[in-house]
Amino acid sequence: MINRILTGGALVLLAGVLAGCGPGNKPVDQGTPNKVLNITVGTEPEDIDPHVVTGVPEHHIIVALTEGLVAEDPVDLHPVPGTAETWEVSEDGTVYTFHLRGNAKWTNGDPVTADDFVQSFKRILTPALASKYSYMLFVMKGAEDYSLGKLKDFSQVGARAIDERTLEITLNSPTPYFLSLLNHYTWFPVHIATVEKHGGMVKRGSGWTKPENFVSNGAFKLKSWKLGRKIVVEKNPDYWDAATTKLDEIHFYPIELETTQENAFRGGQLHNIYNLHIDKIATYKKEHPDELRIKPHLASYFYRFNTTRKPCDDVRVRKALAMSLDRGSITKNVTKGEQMPALFFTPPGVAGYTARARIEENVEKARQLLAEAGYPDGKGFPSLELLYNTTEGHRIIAEAIQQMWKKNLNINITLQNQEWKVYLDRQREMDYQISRAGWTGDYPDPNTFLDMWTSWSQQNQTGWARDDYDGLIRKAAATQDVEARLELFQQAEEILMDELPVLPIYIYTRVYALNPAVKNWHANVLDHHPWKHLDLEVKADE
Amino acid sequence: MLKFILRRILETIPVLLCVAAMTFFMCRLAPGGPFDEDKQVTAEVRELLNKQFNLDQPLHKQFIQYITHLPTLQSFKYPNRTVGEIISQKFPVSAKLGFFAMCIALGLGVLFGVIASLRPNTYIDYIPSSLAMIGICLPTFVMGPLLMLVFSLQLGWFPATGWGGFSGDQFFASDMVLPSVTLGFFYAAYISRLTRGGMLDILTQDYIRTAKAKGASGLRVILKHSLRGGLLPVISFMGPAVAGLIAGSFVIETIFAIPGLGQDFVKSAFNRDYTLVLGVVMFYATLIILLNLIVDILQVTLNPKLKFD
Repeated sequence: MINRILTGGALVLLAGVLAGCGPGNKPVDQGTPNKVLNITVGTEPEDIDPHVVTGVPEHHIIVALTEGLVAEDPVDLHPVPGTAETWEVSEDGTVYTFHLRGNAKWTNGDPVTADDFVQSFKRILTPALASKYSYMLFVMKGAEDYSLGKLKDFSQVGARAIDERTLEITLNSPTPYFLSLLNHYTWFPVHIATVEKHGGMVKRGSGWTKPENFVSNGAFKLKSWKLGRKIVVEKNPDYWDAATTKLDEIHFYPIELETTQENAFRGGQLHNIYNLHIDKIATYKKEHPDELRIKPHLASYFYRFNTTRKPCDDVRVRKALAMSLDRGSITKNVTKGEQMPALFFTPPGVAGYTARARIEENVEKARQLLAEAGYPDGKGFPSLELLYNTTEGHRIIAEAIQQMWKKNLNINITLQNQEWKVYLDRQREMDYQISRAGWTGDYPDPNTFLDMWTSWSQQNQTGWARDDYDGLIRKAAATQDVEARLELFQQAEEILMDELPVLPIYIYTRVYALNPAVKNWHANVLDHHPWKHLDLEVKADE
Repeated sequence: MLKFILRRILETIPVLLCVAAMTFFMCRLAPGGPFDEDKQVTAEVRELLNKQFNLDQPLHKQFIQYITHLPTLQSFKYPNRTVGEIISQKFPVSAKLGFFAMCIALGLGVLFGVIASLRPNTYIDYIPSSLAMIGICLPTFVMGPLLMLVFSLQLGWFPATGWGGFSGDQFFASDMVLPSVTLGFFYAAYISRLTRGGMLDILTQDYIRTAKAKGASGLRVILKHSLRGGLLPVISFMGPAVAGLIAGSFVIETIFAIPGLGQDFVKSAFNRDYTLVLGVVMFYATLIILLNLIVDILQVTLNPKLKFD
């Protein structure tokens, strides 16, 4: 009797739980006709203060809220008028004069003025703020000295408000990519009065970026920010180009796990999968080709050699290691995302530049070089450790490379994985022999990939330095002629690929999925998708 | 009893101080720091950052500042939030998930445990016991995606991710079901085994035979006479279990994209977010001590053999 009562009770309980929950309203089904985009850009943004943050998720949210002097064309990202309606460049290419539009407004109704930009540049360069990305402004005259505290008077820096709507920026040297650089959020304006009100100009995280305080000038304004849940931005009706804005709201969800992103996408909660898991690529190719996107990305996957430690201090060893890889097999069988095997460092086709230097994949020659270095058939080769940060994707690539070197050169290397911060610390302290790395371009120009190997760059971290290489990069920065400048980069990359302080492996692709209802989404190497142009369209047959 | 509680509370102070000191110094000994990122900053900027976040002060001064101002300290990773803000926004989510899971765990666990104990070594025992075994053996990171696959992707009954509906602040929403069940099922399995064991012990006691002999109904014998003693092992399990349910749901929170504190518990350490690590650890330490105290009081109340000293 008791048994029956209890069993019955259990069944009733179970049925109750199930009946209580019918199919929910799916955010995507509701959002598409209502012009509400549900999207994930990976992690929770650290902040949305353009002068403090450094990440990619932050970028996606900040560009929805804030607009710089210029904006990006949705198709190929060439600079188009933003807050500045027109601009002129001086003959020598070093002085830019921007004319701000009269109807550019902050969300509190204030006009966007030239002085807002000057004060914003001053803020990010102020040493006390300690902005990690302030170096993005160093092309401007005096900016670097000011940020280092060597220059105290900001009026000496090359940013000047001629009148309320005219801004003059003076550069150190002609910088062909300057207008593209302006689309980096470090150049974006902040509403000075709001920043001042909440803790002042140089206090980070003062709370001015909270939804109740935040003032911005972009196509969208911040509606709510629930920590760990989502950030909601809504159309800004007072934006000067509000007629272009198609979407009413964008909901940014912080979902880190790739499999969770995929489940949310399949379950009708998201319009996109930010990163599609490697195991799912084949399935999507077969079953959902209309949703799958695989696009070239402005980023390199490579290994750093510590050129101050044995055995990688010997260029012959570095060359042997670089020549004995089969990169095509890695991208085909291991990474599987249509990545491009990299025989040079800079992703091809950036601002008209494709490196002519090539690493030769030649096992015979590699063996010969290794023998010349004193290790015939790998005999007597010292212990060599490959450092990578703990991630499944890096491990499988490292294992493939380990095998290739064993098979082709008869050398044994050990793999060591470290947690992210430990890995970064060891790389910075040069406490490694070979270390995995990746680099995403900050702006579409070869300079962002080549100036990191100069002797003064913080990103070098290989101990490698060459005067002639430094000289070429310096000379390129001062060269106005486009062809001559690219030629200097060609020569620099030839040196780099001859000396090989780095071992290029592949050029990244972005592998993601997008609901076909999302319109005006154009693939480009920076993976920027100016939000105001995006639209949602219900399919005709639905 | 009051004396007992007071003494226990006084005892917690040195414990908490120890926890704080160990967390603080272990964090600082770990290589890497909050400002290490993919794109390395210059030595000058690093120095300025250290100054802005008071990392240039001597360690003992920082430690004193940390423990005296903990809730109002800025997070390193999320500079526009304080430690107190993050905990107060995220803990309620973890607590609610833990509460639902506990209800499921207790409801199913005790029910199955009692059923199993009534006819030991028959199929009525075997079925719930094997279910419990499956629950213990299936880790939550398998169970979660499995439930998600069946109930949200195949059947479409529940959303695959999220917490609190579309707006994110509904008191109860269908997206809470799967994570609660996943987490609850794991604990239900333990509880059912503990209940079965406890009940088997009690049901063979003399006083149960007496109760049956004087004509008490079967249900009365179970609810009134046996459960009180039979659940004692469950009660002592509950202290750490509740703490684990609230704190240790990192896996569930990650799989279902739930904005709870369990994620920060783990991630703040990876981020070297010195202030948040200390905040979350201290918060959970206090919570666990409190829960253990409650369990001790409950045990004395339920078990007449125990006294408050």
